[in-house]
Amino acid sequence: MKYIEEYRDGDLARQLAASIKAEADPSRTYHLMEFCGGHTHAISRYGLEDILPANVRMVHGPGCPVCVLPVGRIDAAIWLAGQPDVTLCTYGDMLRVPGSKRLSLLKAKALGHDIRMVYSTLDAVKLAQNNPDRKVVFFAIGFETTTPPTAVAIKQAQALGLSNFFVFCNHVLTPSAIAQILDSPEVRELGTVKLDGFIGPAHVSTIIGSQPYEYFAEEYQRPVVIAGFEPLDVLQAVRMLVRQINDGRFQVENEFSRAVSRDGNAKAKALVADLFELRKSFEWRGLGLVPYSALRLKESYAAFDAERHWDVPQDSVADNKACECGAILRGVKKPIDCKLFGTVCTPENPMGSCMVSAEGACAAHWTYGRFRDTKAPAP
Amino acid sequence: MSLPRRSHPRPLDLKHGRVDLTHGGGGRAMAQLVDELFVAAFDNAVLSQGNDQGAFDVNAGRMVISTDGYVISPLFFPGGDIGSLAVHGTINDVAMAGARPIGLSAGFIIEEGFALADLERIVKSMAAAAKAAGVPVMTGDTKVVEKGKGDGIFITTAGIGMVPPGIHISGDLARPGDVILVSGSMGDHGIAVMSQRESLGFDTEILSDSAALHDLVAAMIAAAPGIRVLRDPTRGGLAATLNEIAAQSGVGMEIGETAIPIKPQVLGACELLGLDPLYVANEGKLICICAADAADTVLAAMRAHPLGVDAAIIGQCDADPHHFVRMKTAMGGTRVVDWLAGEQLPRIC
Repeated sequence: MKYIEEYRDGDLARQLAASIKAEADPSRTYHLMEFCGGHTHAISRYGLEDILPANVRMVHGPGCPVCVLPVGRIDAAIWLAGQPDVTLCTYGDMLRVPGSKRLSLLKAKALGHDIRMVYSTLDAVKLAQNNPDRKVVFFAIGFETTTPPTAVAIKQAQALGLSNFFVFCNHVLTPSAIAQILDSPEVRELGTVKLDGFIGPAHVSTIIGSQPYEYFAEEYQRPVVIAGFEPLDVLQAVRMLVRQINDGRFQVENEFSRAVSRDGNAKAKALVADLFELRKSFEWRGLGLVPYSALRLKESYAAFDAERHWDVPQDSVADNKACECGAILRGVKKPIDCKLFGTVCTPENPMGSCMVSAEGACAAHWTYGRFRDTKAPAP
Repeated sequence: MSLPRRSHPRPLDLKHGRVDLTHGGGGRAMAQLVDELFVAAFDNAVLSQGNDQGAFDVNAGRMVISTDGYVISPLFFPGGDIGSLAVHGTINDVAMAGARPIGLSAGFIIEEGFALADLERIVKSMAAAAKAAGVPVMTGDTKVVEKGKGDGIFITTAGIGMVPPGIHISGDLARPGDVILVSGSMGDHGIAVMSQRESLGFDTEILSDSAALHDLVAAMIAAAPGIRVLRDPTRGGLAATLNEIAAQSGVGMEIGETAIPIKPQVLGACELLGLDPLYVANEGKLICICAADAADTVLAAMRAHPLGVDAAIIGQCDADPHHFVRMKTAMGGTRVVDWLAGEQLPRIC
C-alpha cells in the first residue's frame, strides 16, 4: 500500500519517539488532547502510548461523530423510523448506539421498523428512487467531513425530482466543540483538566482547512497541530506540539500538509454554505447545549428536511446515570473511571455511545488497551 | 460402479430447468435429480449402493466427526463456490484433529425456482473438490423449500475421520512457551467474497484461499507428532481463533504484527473498507501451536507443502492470567487483539 505504509514505519516511529523524549522537559507534564476519534483509534491500535515518554499524556477528545449525538436525537430517529411508510437509513455505526428505553436502531429494526445501513448517501438516494411509495429518511450525522456528501445527496435528489427523500440533519461543527471544551469550568476555573495543546482533526480539516482553528489558538493560547490519522502523523504532531509548548508558542501548524490547506476544499464549503445554515444551539452528548455548533437545512431546501416534514420530537433525554460518556468526551474522565466500563458496558452490549464506535474512547481502550489495567476484565 | 439407472422418460433439463417442489417430494422427480445429478457427479461405491446410509469398514482407533452449514452469499466467488467450500470447510474441521478424513455427507436445502444449471455447477464443483481431496461424499439428502423460504441454496456437510495412533491434538493443549504458526497469508477468503457483494462491488485480484488442508496436516504430524493445537481461522479470522484457543487452554499469547503474512491487496481492501485483516475469514489456512523445540521442524514441513509455502512463526503463548491475546505493533507498542464485536462495519469518519 504505497503512501500508507510509509506512515506506519516502525523504525521511524522509534526515532520520533526518541526525539520527543529528548525534547520534552522532564520537569513538566504535557497534556495533549487529540480531538478526533480517528486519532484515539490510531493511538490505541498502534500502541503509541507505550512508546511516548511518561510525561506526555494523551487526553481523548469528543471527535467521534457517533459518540456526541445525544440520546434525544437517537430517540427522534427511532421515532421517525416508526412513522407510516418511512424507510430510515444511516451509516453502520449509528445502528448500535443505545437510545432510551433500551432501544437502538438495530433493536427497532428487529421490532419491524424499516431501517437500513448504507455505505454512502447516494445509496440512500437510490433507495428513494427505487421505492417511490416509501419515504426515505437519511439520518445524517457527523462532522464537517460527512456534511458535503449529505449536500450532494440532496442536490441529486433535487435533480431527480424526488419528493420522497428526506434528511434528518445532525451535522455538527468541530471548532465550536473545541471552544466549548476550553470554556468548560473543568479547564478554565477548576483546573481539573489540563490541556496544553491539541492535535487537530485530519479529515475534517481537509474540508474546512486550517484557518478556522486560528481564532481559538490565539484566543485560548493553546497550540494546535493538524495531523493525519496514521501513527507517524500522530507522533510527528506530538513532537510539533512539544516544541511549540517549549517555545511558548500557540500557533496553528499543519502536519497533514499532504491533504490539508489553509483554506480547505472551496467547492465542498460552497456546497455546504448553499444548503445549510447554523442552528442557534445544538445539544451534544457530554458538552450540553453548544451555541452555533450544528447545521440544519435552509428554507430553500425545506422540502428535503425531515424536521420540517414531520413533527420530530425535540426532547432532551438524560444519559444513563452511571454512564460517564459525557465526562469522558470532555476529557475529564478516563474509560476506566466509569463503573460500567467492562462490567455491564462492552462493545457487544454498549450502555454508552463511547463504547459503540471504534472511534469512541471506551471502545478503543476496551479493544486495544485494557490489558494494561491492573484489574483487567477477562477477554 | 453405480447401480443400473432407473429409467426416466426425459433427462433433467440442466440448461433451462428450475428446481420445483417435486424435486424434494420423494417421488420420481426427486429420484431423477438424485440419480442424474448427485449420484452421477459424486460417483463412488458407497453412495452408489443407493441406501439411506453409506456403509463402510474402518479399523479400530480414534474417530472424529464434524458438521458445518454453508450459507455463503454470493454462491460463486473468485476462487471457489458454495460447493467446493462445503467440501473444504468440513474436511478442514476433521483434519484439525490431526485426523485423516474418510468420508462426507451432504444435505442440500434448495429454494424453489433455483436454476438447475447453477445446482449442477455447484454439485460438479463439490464433486471435483471431493475427488481432488480423495474424500468421497458417501450419503446425502435433498430438500426443497418454497420460494422466499431460503436464499437459493444452503448446504450442510458432515465429515468423519480417523486419528492416527499416538496423535493427540486439541484446542486446550497450548502451554506457556509454545510457538504459534500460521500456514499462509490471512484474510484472502473474506476479501474475495466481500468484493462480490453488490453494495461494495470492487475489483480485486484476490482469490479465496478455499482448500482442503488434510494433506498439509498429514505432512506436519509426520514431521512433528507432538503438535498440540491445530485450528483453521474461519469466521472471525485469526483474532477470534487465537482468542478461542487462549481461553480453552488457559494461556495468554503475544504475536508480532510484522510477522503475520498478509497480502498487500488484502491490506489495501481492508484499508478501503475499514476492516482489520486479523478478523477477516480464511478457508484454506491453519493455525498451529507446538512446543518451542518443534517449531522449526513444523515450519519446514509446512513450507515444503504447496499449501504452506508462506507459513510463518507469528508469536508464542505465555502465562498471562487474564488469557489476553496481545500484539506487538510495528511501532513497538502493544495492544490487545480482541474478540470481534458484532460484525465488522466500515468506519464513517
